[in-house]
Amino acid sequence: MSINGAAYIVGAFEHPTRKAEGQSVAQLHAEVAFGALQDAGLSKDDVDGFFCTGAAPGLGPLNQADYMGLTKLRHVDSTDMGGCSYVMHVGHAAQAIKEGRCNIALITLAGRPRAEGMATGTVPRSWAPNIPDDPFEIPMARTVVTSYANVASRHMYEYGTTSEQLAWIKVAASQHAQHNPHAMLPKVVTVEDVVNSPMVADPLHRLDCCVISDGGGALIVARPEIAKSLKRPLVKVLGCAEATKNQAGGQLDLTYSAARQSGAAAFAEAKVKPTDIQYASIYDSFTITVLMQIEDLGFAEKGKGGAFVADGNLISGVGKLPFNTDGGGLCNNHPANRGGMTKVIEAVRQLRGEAHAKVQVPGCKLALANGIGGLLGHRHGSATLIMERE
Amino acid sequence: MATQAANRAIPAPKEDPTTKPFWDAARAGKFLIGKCKDTGKHFWYPRGCSPFTLSNNVELVEAKGTGTIYSFTVMRSKEPHAPAYVELDEGPRMFTNIVDCDLDTLKIGMKVKVVLKATEDGGAPVPMFTPV
Repeated sequence: MSINGAAYIVGAFEHPTRKAEGQSVAQLHAEVAFGALQDAGLSKDDVDGFFCTGAAPGLGPLNQADYMGLTKLRHVDSTDMGGCSYVMHVGHAAQAIKEGRCNIALITLAGRPRAEGMATGTVPRSWAPNIPDDPFEIPMARTVVTSYANVASRHMYEYGTTSEQLAWIKVAASQHAQHNPHAMLPKVVTVEDVVNSPMVADPLHRLDCCVISDGGGALIVARPEIAKSLKRPLVKVLGCAEATKNQAGGQLDLTYSAARQSGAAAFAEAKVKPTDIQYASIYDSFTITVLMQIEDLGFAEKGKGGAFVADGNLISGVGKLPFNTDGGGLCNNHPANRGGMTKVIEAVRQLRGEAHAKVQVPGCKLALANGIGGLLGHRHGSATLIMERE
Repeated sequence: MATQAANRAIPAPKEDPTTKPFWDAARAGKFLIGKCKDTGKHFWYPRGCSPFTLSNNVELVEAKGTGTIYSFTVMRSKEPHAPAYVELDEGPRMFTNIVDCDLDTLKIGMKVKVVLKATEDGGAPVPMFTPV
């Protein structure tokens, strides 16, 4: 069953906060939900499908739905695949809508790791009790940055990728962030700035890493008849797919990501190809994360991602593949350490023609959002979403 | 420049009933890895099912304890350490640390051998590697 054309993104809202000292996590969820409903021209009692993850406090969707007074729900989904969940949820919402299980789906993400002083990337942490890999990995100082750094290290070894090439990804993000008044790091940086920033975990420097921020975002996905009755520009879901990759009992290969599978499936469903895409939101927890997805989604040949991203090729108005025009996780925000939500939101802005004028892709009709959740080296998920302005 | 690997305090592994024999062997100075008896292939990390067939027809076997660095990073913290993937001579690539050496000399492809490292609070030792 294809979801091509089954649903539209009719509402999108990004919380302006980057440090939420005055709000609880539940309140942040409520604020982004309200914002997205207002954006769509809907109200909370129109919502009959609710999608969230473990970032929503409580048992699955139950506590957050209670907090927000969602009393009309007939479909819920709290599938959690880390930061890419919200990209995946758009696809799940379209499936549910196509099957008649709901009409108007609300997807929320919020969190406040910055206000809570969380050392997101550099301290080993367990997600839950009884995780079978923890005894073999926590003592080894498995952290977010060491997992991604191992991928970067192998990529450099296999393909000759350089730190300067990775730095171009950050440079492009900073070029975009300078126009975003909410961006945590609005200062334009150079390749030299990135490679001269302190080494965190070889070969990743401080400026190869994303920010830690509070905030969140929400999306409203609705069936076509409803979307067409609203006053917002029409953003149609053309294709969405998810995939996972893990260590396979030790037969792992760090040179590719699950975006290879999720991308191929989403492109097939959308009936478009990488060269058709005019704007891409690409998960940027680290510069290497972007490089891997660019290759695995088919924007560049495997091993040639370094050359592809160099010399401003990701900068809007300059290069062939404008990416993360809000500044992305590298410069703007990474709410709750889960960047998939903001990836979809900026793609929706581009398709509506509502991105900042300095970074808006002229006549943007076809956009992609890709997320990576979990640890790129150890085990991760990828979700790919392709959208069209109708 | 030289960056000596820190003798950092290693958190004790949280043992579970399925992998207790692995930790008991580590306490006795042995480094075991999983083996799928259906396919004959070795696997990492140890578990009660085969990641190749899902059958529980698995055993723990003593590894040679030698391999090569498949990938690594050096965490440039106050206590520098090197989380890495080592490809064991038996085949599996395992997440571990490279220890007891100058971390600035590490290279992918370098030959390494296992060292069982003591952990905090009297926990079982964990398999790490050092250049041969």
